[in-house]
Amino acid sequence: MASVTSHLRTPEYRSAYQALKITGFWVFLATDMLLFGCLFATYLVLRTHTDGGPTATQIFDVPGFTLETFFLLTSSFTGGIATWAMRSGRTKLTVSWMLVTMLFGVAFLLLEATEFAHDVMIGATIGRSAFLSAFFTLVGTHGSHVSIGLVWMFLTMLQVLKRGITPQTARKVFVVNLYWHFLDVVWVFIFTVVYLSGVVLS
Amino acid sequence: MNRMSRVEPIHQGGLAKYIIGYGLSLVFTAIAFWLALGHAMSVRPLIIVLFVLAALQIGVQLFFFMHVTEGDGPPYHAALLLLGMIFTFAVALMSMWIMAFGTNVSY
Amino acid sequence: MPIWFRDFADHYLMWNEGYLIWISDILILLVSLGIVFTLTYLKKWKWLWKEWLTTVDHKKIGIMYLICALLMFFRGGVDALLLRTQLALPGEHFLSAEHYDQIFTTHGTIMILFMAMPFMFALFNVAVPLQIGARDVAFPYLNALSFWLFFFGALLFNLSFVFGGSPDAGWTSYPPLTENAFDPGPGENFYLLGIQISGIGSIATGINFLVTILKMRAPGMTLMKMPLFSWSVLASCIIIIFAFPALAVALGLLMMDRLFGTHFFTMYHGGDPMMFVNLFWVWGHPEVYIVVLPAYGVYSEVIATFARKRIFGYTSMVISLMLIAVISYFVWAHHFFTMGAGADVNTFFAIATMAVGIPTGVKAFNWLFTMFRGRIQFKLPMLWALAAIPAFAIGGATGVMLATAPGDYQYHNSYFLVAHFHQMLIGAVVFGYLAGMYYWWPKMFGFKLDERLGKIAFWLFNIGFYVCFMPMYFLGLNGMQRRMYTYPSDMGWGTLNFVATIGAYLMGLGFLFIVAQILYSIRHGERDITGDAWDGRTLEWSIPSPAPAYNFAVIPTIHDRDAWWELKQRGEADAYKTRREDVRDIHMPKPSGRPFLAGVSFFIAGMGFVFEWRWLAVLGLLGVVACLISRALDDEEEYEMKANDIIDTEAKLGRLI
Repeated sequence: MASVTSHLRTPEYRSAYQALKITGFWVFLATDMLLFGCLFATYLVLRTHTDGGPTATQIFDVPGFTLETFFLLTSSFTGGIATWAMRSGRTKLTVSWMLVTMLFGVAFLLLEATEFAHDVMIGATIGRSAFLSAFFTLVGTHGSHVSIGLVWMFLTMLQVLKRGITPQTARKVFVVNLYWHFLDVVWVFIFTVVYLSGVVLS
Repeated sequence: MNRMSRVEPIHQGGLAKYIIGYGLSLVFTAIAFWLALGHAMSVRPLIIVLFVLAALQIGVQLFFFMHVTEGDGPPYHAALLLLGMIFTFAVALMSMWIMAFGTNVSY
Repeated sequence: MPIWFRDFADHYLMWNEGYLIWISDILILLVSLGIVFTLTYLKKWKWLWKEWLTTVDHKKIGIMYLICALLMFFRGGVDALLLRTQLALPGEHFLSAEHYDQIFTTHGTIMILFMAMPFMFALFNVAVPLQIGARDVAFPYLNALSFWLFFFGALLFNLSFVFGGSPDAGWTSYPPLTENAFDPGPGENFYLLGIQISGIGSIATGINFLVTILKMRAPGMTLMKMPLFSWSVLASCIIIIFAFPALAVALGLLMMDRLFGTHFFTMYHGGDPMMFVNLFWVWGHPEVYIVVLPAYGVYSEVIATFARKRIFGYTSMVISLMLIAVISYFVWAHHFFTMGAGADVNTFFAIATMAVGIPTGVKAFNWLFTMFRGRIQFKLPMLWALAAIPAFAIGGATGVMLATAPGDYQYHNSYFLVAHFHQMLIGAVVFGYLAGMYYWWPKMFGFKLDERLGKIAFWLFNIGFYVCFMPMYFLGLNGMQRRMYTYPSDMGWGTLNFVATIGAYLMGLGFLFIVAQILYSIRHGERDITGDAWDGRTLEWSIPSPAPAYNFAVIPTIHDRDAWWELKQRGEADAYKTRREDVRDIHMPKPSGRPFLAGVSFFIAGMGFVFEWRWLAVLGLLGVVACLISRALDDEEEYEMKANDIIDTEAKLGRLI
């Protein structure tokens, strides 16, 4: 499948075998999109079922989710730089930017964890009402995806450190960043549908 | 080609694409937050504007970061993503529509 | 007897529930011992591990799926016979109400999720790579993982009957009945975990075959030159990837209600049980199209092959497959017209439901037009295809009746509905899969299944099918509800029920004849020496039966639709034989034990969740994580097969020129 122009194609696509895996991952992202879609549907239907308990305006902390959003957006940007560094064939730079991405991701998770811990402390637990069940499940599923992404990114970093930028590690860097960008898209919908709408519809 | 051999890097543009993308997403986010938190307009139009901004951000992610236009062969992945998006919105919105009887759902 | 043993036996083994449990325990024990003994005696444990448990070869994975599907067909069928026996006469006490509920639950779940799905995946695996001229699927390791996730999910579910107790809330498992308040215990958890685990495998298969079909076709095979079965698989996979996540969410949220105290579908704290119904059917309706489209694909192949005529209206067949795939996603609310949604909602879904029947009608007419002026051979695959047409014509017509929402207020959850969906699932889906099994059997195993025994099975099953289900339409119109374990004698339902039971037993007899046919044909079946058992039209018939590990020594170049047929018509069949100088070294995927181990880990985790033994659940999940990490760090996925070895194999198969 090598052609005269193959050196012009980006590293992750130069091997047909690796290109296949990238296509497969796009298809997986489409299924993950449906998964979140159903969680959003559940949230939208159960949004007002607060059972006399804590409501959206009572638990949504504006500075908190603003900062979370900034961290995640920035980590998406730095992940993009890591992909650019991979395409330039620069191992150390790729690893460094992936590390920065991970750190922003960890910051996001820590903030989210404090947000949840605070909610629990004021009695807004996942078992209190349907609204809270839906909220914690939707946002928590996103958070679990982020956590898995961090472990995945870490393992990818190790492989890039060990083997450099090969067709295989190039694909791995590209794919983990696709995942990471996707999670940012989901977060955009979370802050739109959950947080901002929650504040607006109060 | 040997999967384990190092690859030839490409000569690509600088980071312009990524920086512009980041900037755009910050701007769209800031507008959304400012409008929502400031209760800048009535509820219905505001929600619509928020969704438009979210859609624009998807565009930023897809085109500036995720390189959705690249790939070898016909853009099947883009077609599947589009179909998936249609189904996703259908499930979310139609669920609200279906369940909107009795006291189930408030718009 | 010590108290703890008595408690264990009552609580977990259900020995206090009667002889059906004891018989099952004994049978399971005997079969298990028999398998272990046979493998040990023949010293085949290593062979089992090397050739089957670690394989990533799509042909073998397909065979494993098929074996499981047939075993599950047996169990689901026994469930059906038990149900029909209980209903043969009014006021019977053969089965208690609880047992009846458990058995109709396992019957439905097994037949749809653990018989039809694996049967379908068997046909995917066995036929698609060969039809498109590929050496394997896009992701062979993932393919193996899909199978083992299905296997262990099904095993978990099946275990419930003899350990812990079966689920008993119907295959649709609606809350609030399935919440802890009304249905505590492991039974319902078995349902949630078993299906969840195998559902992950289904999504993976959908992704796998989508990419395979889109990216791995032989050179020259454009999409519009691809065989219709592969098109139907493509359409089915599009639905799979977009529908199964909804099931994962529905089951996952119900599991969270039961295990973690959330309130998605509870009766209090704001929960909405109807949201489960909504989410479940977002998956549930596309699911029936997932299983029926490949059956339609089989009919297109079989009818063209055995009418010796190319399919009529190929393009409209493709368009109708894609239309069905998309429209099927917008009809789900017809499963709950009576739940209380507004007239606008019901109207939309009624019209959409009727609309989806139109492309199906196009297909049926195309099959008929294909047969017109053909030279029909009444071989077994063709018989099943022919039998399907009236069956699903009737089933489809009653579907339109059910789609009219006001009418559905009368038919819903009556035996009219039961008759309709069995007519579609058996008449359209199972008939299609049986046709596919008979059609591709020689390609899998190198011999044909005996026609005579098969014809006896065919007639018994078909006659039994009509005798069983036609009365049910009238029972439904006469007011008999589904899921009732008995009925009073003064409703006038007795005769029709008795007739239906006779039909069920005839179908059971037909199934036994299929088993006998298989066993007989292993010894005496006509050997397929040429690889082209039916004078076929598509690429899979151009290679030997069974196909060698690498499928094609040299990937062929395609110029026409029905490429193999066209080649034969021009007298150029040798074009697909192997020339020594064209053979290269190839990369083959490496076998791996990890998919099997991942399946075991999921099984352990599943058991932990089912019985709420948290330590076991954590242990199992750690196993899953270990498999994932091990896979992520693994860089040796392929091995090289040398050109000389391929040439030798081709020479032995008589394919070298």
